[in-house]
Amino acid sequence: MPSGNEKADLKAQERREFLSYVWGLGLALALTIVPFAMVKWGAMTPLAVLAVIGVLALVQIVVHFRFFLHISFRQKREDLQLLIFSALILSIMLAGTLWIMASLGLRMGMVQN
Amino acid sequence: MLAHPFGRLRLQALPFWDMLQHPSKGVVINGIIATGAALMVVLGGIVTVALISRYRLWRVLWSQWLTSPDHKKIGVMYVVLAFVMLIRALLEALLMRAQQAYGLGGGFLTPNHFAQLFSTHGTIMIFFMAMPFLTGIINYVMPLQIGARDVSFPVLNSISLALTAAGAALVMISLVLGTFSTGGWLGYPPYTEASFSPGVGPDYWIWALTLSSLGSTFTGINFAVTIYKKRAPGMTLMRLPLFTWTALCTSILMIFAMPPLTVATAQLALDRYLGFHFFTNDLGGNMMHFANMFWLFGHPEVYILILPAFGVYSETISTFSGKALFGYRSLVVATMAIGVLSFTVWLHHFFTMGQGADLNAAFGVATMLIGIPTGVKIYDWMWTMFRGRIRFSVPMIYAMGFMLLFVLGGLSGVLLADPVIDYQVHNSVFLVAHFHNVAVPGLLFGMIAAYHFWFPKAFGFRLDERGGKVSAVCWILGFMLAFFPLYALGLMGMPRRTVAYTEPAYVPLETVAFFGAILVVAALCALGVQLWVSIKHRHANRVFVGDPWDGRSLEWSISAPPPEYNFAAIPVVTDRDAFTVMKESGAAYTAAVPFEDIEVPRNSALGPVLGAAGFAIAFGLVWHIWWMVIIFGTIVITAMIVRGFARNTSRVVTAEEVRRQHQHWMDAVARAEPIARDKETTSANEGLAMPIDTGAEQ
Ligand code: HEM
Ligand SMILES: [Cu+2]
Repeated sequence: MPSGNEKADLKAQERREFLSYVWGLGLALALTIVPFAMVKWGAMTPLAVLAVIGVLALVQIVVHFRFFLHISFRQKREDLQLLIFSALILSIMLAGTLWIMASLGLRMGMVQN
Repeated sequence: MLAHPFGRLRLQALPFWDMLQHPSKGVVINGIIATGAALMVVLGGIVTVALISRYRLWRVLWSQWLTSPDHKKIGVMYVVLAFVMLIRALLEALLMRAQQAYGLGGGFLTPNHFAQLFSTHGTIMIFFMAMPFLTGIINYVMPLQIGARDVSFPVLNSISLALTAAGAALVMISLVLGTFSTGGWLGYPPYTEASFSPGVGPDYWIWALTLSSLGSTFTGINFAVTIYKKRAPGMTLMRLPLFTWTALCTSILMIFAMPPLTVATAQLALDRYLGFHFFTNDLGGNMMHFANMFWLFGHPEVYILILPAFGVYSETISTFSGKALFGYRSLVVATMAIGVLSFTVWLHHFFTMGQGADLNAAFGVATMLIGIPTGVKIYDWMWTMFRGRIRFSVPMIYAMGFMLLFVLGGLSGVLLADPVIDYQVHNSVFLVAHFHNVAVPGLLFGMIAAYHFWFPKAFGFRLDERGGKVSAVCWILGFMLAFFPLYALGLMGMPRRTVAYTEPAYVPLETVAFFGAILVVAALCALGVQLWVSIKHRHANRVFVGDPWDGRSLEWSISAPPPEYNFAAIPVVTDRDAFTVMKESGAAYTAAVPFEDIEVPRNSALGPVLGAAGFAIAFGLVWHIWWMVIIFGTIVITAMIVRGFARNTSRVVTAEEVRRQHQHWMDAVARAEPIARDKETTSANEGLAMPIDTGAEQ
């Protein structure tokens, strides 16, 4: 049986975890709503909007890691390995796609200025 | 919504409608074939329901199988699903081969019907035969190999199964109501856009794939977490059996490769349903994005398919050669190298799309590089066999057929990796020959070998050896007859997906290929007969002690079938080939003291509920039955929230019960006669292996 003290500890921990999820949810929502609002009300030039959305997306990733996946960046070696591996695969996909679509755009006359 | 409660579902959707309206000869033949297929689905369903009712199995089915979170039962259900779908896809292949054999100047199928056949055949083979098969085998074997009691997320596992089954059911129902896509297994837009394919076909394809790729993503996460977190003490990564290594690699590929597919099909759905312009011809759409994203998924996918088979061959070759795997470390490195490289080559599927030559060259070279780790593996397997005491059991016959044929398929792949050559033969049946040459001997033979190898573990009795051999020979010869002619036909210029042709020179080769397909179907029938015979003679072939093949990894160290908690006591691993080490040091078959209460997950209806609701949502989306989508969408959300409040999610198997079952097994071990390897295929084999005399091992 947990003693009274431990029980209080557990309660406090549960509360902390709950709050952390609420924070996560709030941040994730904000980071989603802002880009939609920016597009809807056309606050900036299209290029600036794209850039800001890109940055917010990166922040969104960090938020998910921190609040939902519980990965803080200096914990376990396994976590780090997985992050590096993910980054590697995603950057291969991204770089390859940009290269391919740019080349296609150029050669098929699809780039519009 | 009220005017058309069934959306666009009308009587015309029935397969015989057209035939009754316009009864010309061609239409009638196609109508009869389509109606026959629909009847097979309907009758199959009715017979299954009738049999289950007749033997009062509904309760058993529900409480022992459908709601079970046990990875072993889920694995078995995946494999059953794979076999059912394999039957359909093979019959379609036979029909296509028949059409082409008689295709000089026409044949008997309409182009539309033929297009549906190759689209469903390809879609089923990849998503509803191959994926369930390998997922099922991994589900069954991997937790046992790492000494775990279950996967990390047992209920998620059951959800994955239900989603995959829902996708398969959607493809099946498309035989009865409406028609499937005619856009091939990859469904390229703009052809699959609403303007060119306004019917329900591409929608069936989109939602079937969505269901199955969601299931696969969950599976990938589940397996990877399990392998990372649930290994027995001492089971370091470099002590994992090779099959588990390939399972890990495949799971990681699933995690990263499925999302591009889900996104691409979702975008296509937005185009079709809400008038977006991602891939349309006009208004800024760009179909090349679809090709790019599809193959970002597609190429890793072919390694998702092949790697588990490589793992199976590694296990069977080592077991049936009576030797430790040669070059374990190099096999691990090769597997992981393939894992990464498989993300660097996707462009080779569209060399001819119009990008620059430097790009093609770079991806061509990357593609050829993959041949190196694959070659390493082939040599490792050969060295494993070298000076081993090889037993020509059924899995070994498949392994040898695989090694010969896969090298050929791989070589034609290296040819295709050269963009210059690809420009000549792409979209011809040369390509069809190539990818079947790797898919059939690689994936399919591997899975059937796995089925023979682990069947005794799962059901407690061996499969009939002779039936297995007949079937294996038919598969191998049938494959060669069915696909070697296609290399020649491809070089003669025959395009793939051709319903009919005017070149008489094709006819002899097409005829040979047709006979090959007949032989392949015969091989499948042989498997069916073998299963029937084996069940009939099961009492003579019991291997309850659990080690019929003198196995090397932990799954053989427990009874067959294993208890629901797998291990009475979690084993402690000291080296590679953990069970062989235990047998040699006398640590196998010991009483597991002290016994402890074991917590196992409780059954959950969440999987079947989400699967059924997922099917209904997809069906509603296909036919635009919006009330159905809304109702079942609500059910999905409600079910998940309700599950969130479930507190009693596990149940306890008492130490006393564990002790009783363990004792029962230990008694059987004590009674059993250890047998030498030359008797392993006789009924003397009770699953206890005689220690190998030292001569065999160097
Ligand atoms: C073993 C017997 C098999 C036979 C006789 C067979 C036969 C065929 C035939 C006749 C085609 C159409 C070729 C064409 O376009 O001209 C085809 C296409 C295809 N098959 Fe198979 N097949 C077999 C097994 C498999 C397996 C095991 C897989 C995959 C795991 C597979 C995947 C495919 C795919 C993806 C296509 C392309 C569909 C498309 O064009 O979109 N097949 N097969
Ligand atoms: Cu590829």
